[in-house]
Amino acid sequence: MGKTLLQKVWDLHAVRPLSTGQTQLFVGLHLIHEVTTPQAFDMLRARDIGVAFPDRTFATTDHIIPTLDRGRPFADPLAEAMLSALERNCREFGIPLWNLDSERQGIVHVIGPELGLTQPGMTIACGDSHTSTHGALGAVAFGIGTSQVRDVLASQSLAMSPLKVRRIAVDGRLAAGVFAKDVVLEIIHRLGVKGGVGYAYEYGGSAVDAMSIDERLTVCNMSIEGGARVGYVNPDQTTFDYLRGRPFAPPGAAFDRAVSWWRSMASDPGAGYDDVVEIDAADIEPRVTWGINPGQSVGVTGRIPSAGADVGTAEALAFMGLAGGEPVRGTKIDVAFVGSCTNSRLSDLREAARIAEGRRVARHVKALVVPGSQAVRTAAEAEGLDQVFREAGFEWRGAGCSMCLAMNPDRLEGRQVCASSSNRNFKGRQGSPTGRTLLMSPAMVAAAALAGEVTDVRTMAPVP
Amino acid sequence: MSTREIDRIEGAGIPLRGDNIDTDRIIPARFLKAITFEGLGGHVFEDDRAARPDHPFSNPAYAGARLLLVNDNFGSGSSREHAPQALKRWGIDACVGESFAEIFRGNALAIGLACVTAPPDAIDGLMTLVEGAPATPLVLSLAERVIEADGRRVAVAVEDQVRDALLSGTWDATGLLLDDFDIVRGVASRVPYVRGF
Repeated sequence: MGKTLLQKVWDLHAVRPLSTGQTQLFVGLHLIHEVTTPQAFDMLRARDIGVAFPDRTFATTDHIIPTLDRGRPFADPLAEAMLSALERNCREFGIPLWNLDSERQGIVHVIGPELGLTQPGMTIACGDSHTSTHGALGAVAFGIGTSQVRDVLASQSLAMSPLKVRRIAVDGRLAAGVFAKDVVLEIIHRLGVKGGVGYAYEYGGSAVDAMSIDERLTVCNMSIEGGARVGYVNPDQTTFDYLRGRPFAPPGAAFDRAVSWWRSMASDPGAGYDDVVEIDAADIEPRVTWGINPGQSVGVTGRIPSAGADVGTAEALAFMGLAGGEPVRGTKIDVAFVGSCTNSRLSDLREAARIAEGRRVARHVKALVVPGSQAVRTAAEAEGLDQVFREAGFEWRGAGCSMCLAMNPDRLEGRQVCASSSNRNFKGRQGSPTGRTLLMSPAMVAAAALAGEVTDVRTMAPVP
Repeated sequence: MSTREIDRIEGAGIPLRGDNIDTDRIIPARFLKAITFEGLGGHVFEDDRAARPDHPFSNPAYAGARLLLVNDNFGSGSSREHAPQALKRWGIDACVGESFAEIFRGNALAIGLACVTAPPDAIDGLMTLVEGAPATPLVLSLAERVIEADGRRVAVAVEDQVRDALLSGTWDATGLLLDDFDIVRGVASRVPYVRGF
């Protein structure tokens, strides 16, 4: 029987079986940021251990940085202490850091692919659950905690238990106005927020094959919201075309040698899977979450489930202040956020701008666009997207995680409702303990910002 | 690399009902703005506690508990180790639940916080017992894969690897991973993208 990409990557990176029965797995690329690493470096110092492979480790800052006034020191002394600690640790251990003054700074899961650091066949770890994003290029990438960051810094490896593989085949064509975000929200809705525990998700089928890398990044990003620590797409010509010429991609003739190896790492045609799920792309419509976990979503023409459905639904509706049985369309919003490692790439901003162009944000809505990286910001400005957004009444900000998790000044207040292109609608996620989040695609966020309420983006043709 | 062998965990239980309790709820992101894990125990479930005065973590009857009883998919969401750190610093040494999110479970293991599972009716039985008599001592034996409570023995499940890591004191994996570092260098030298294309 053929092998899956996961098995091939696992076998190549397996260092040895450990006495506990776990496998010691080599980590090819370690990405770090300011939030989950200071304690890891302190543990190294306390144990007098160095960083084993500083040249396989790259740092940026994203979670805590302001998106408006990025001058140092930050107004928030805690944020300043965190970035200072990262600077000190990177200096001391010889790790490259793309800081605020670098054109390469950005959300760690945006810059990895953008710089060509993320490549097929790699193992990638980062102290962030959305590390699954990098699987879009055919890497096996997973989030870890701080003690595991310490382990990777110390040994470039991790103690891991094996994963099963579930192939999720999305076949057919997505309708106009339906995006990668809707595909992954649909998958999580169908398989549940814990359906992926113990699995790597392999996304395939003609709809995924037809996706750009940006779109695949969005799908893989939210694997963890379905419980799967790893999600990936087999590398193909789209992947190779994306990587060619990027700063960390192999140059010249080495690139062609790399491509033949990358090709060989894709799942074999006869690979065995632990589970297979098939989804018809034509069944998917723009989706909106109505609850407090990313599985609680409904098509935009659908109705919010009734409170009687189960305890979880009742709890979610009570928190959200939404009435079960009502259409989700028309739900009033206060804030609109286009950004996050899920949907802050150039193509996301283009889709949002296409809707926003020539229109105005509703008077009562505060709307933010936060590019995922400095490079995305620069490219968007070169196309005039910043002007489109500003003229429509959106705020145009600097690159970072921003209001996805509100560790910087961008946050909800009180019980505000936010239409958000991010990945989590957990209670309190966007900075106010009682704040409420509706997840949707960037185009749907733009549509909601303009209408002041959840709207079917398919009914909003671009202004001629 | 001094780590501790962990087998028996004895103490009172604290029941926390509900599925999909995510790590943002266990410890809201604003408490991650720190360069140490100190003090996290005081903020565990802070927003949930504010929203619900009868939250078990605010109930003095459960103040000294060591075993946390939870339902399905506990610890979903963010990979923040701050979540198990906050629980541990509050006083929790073991979590007993229907199921756990994967990253949470890995993070818990890495700090020696045992996570074991049991079927829904067994969890409900333990929760009901503790809700009725919070002082009831619970005894978790990892070696025997059992919880003894009120004269009953409740079977629990724990992966062999996790159990062995806790029993042998290798849950802090750094020492193990550095044991024979030449093998790691050997793997690095055979991986095409490290070696160079």
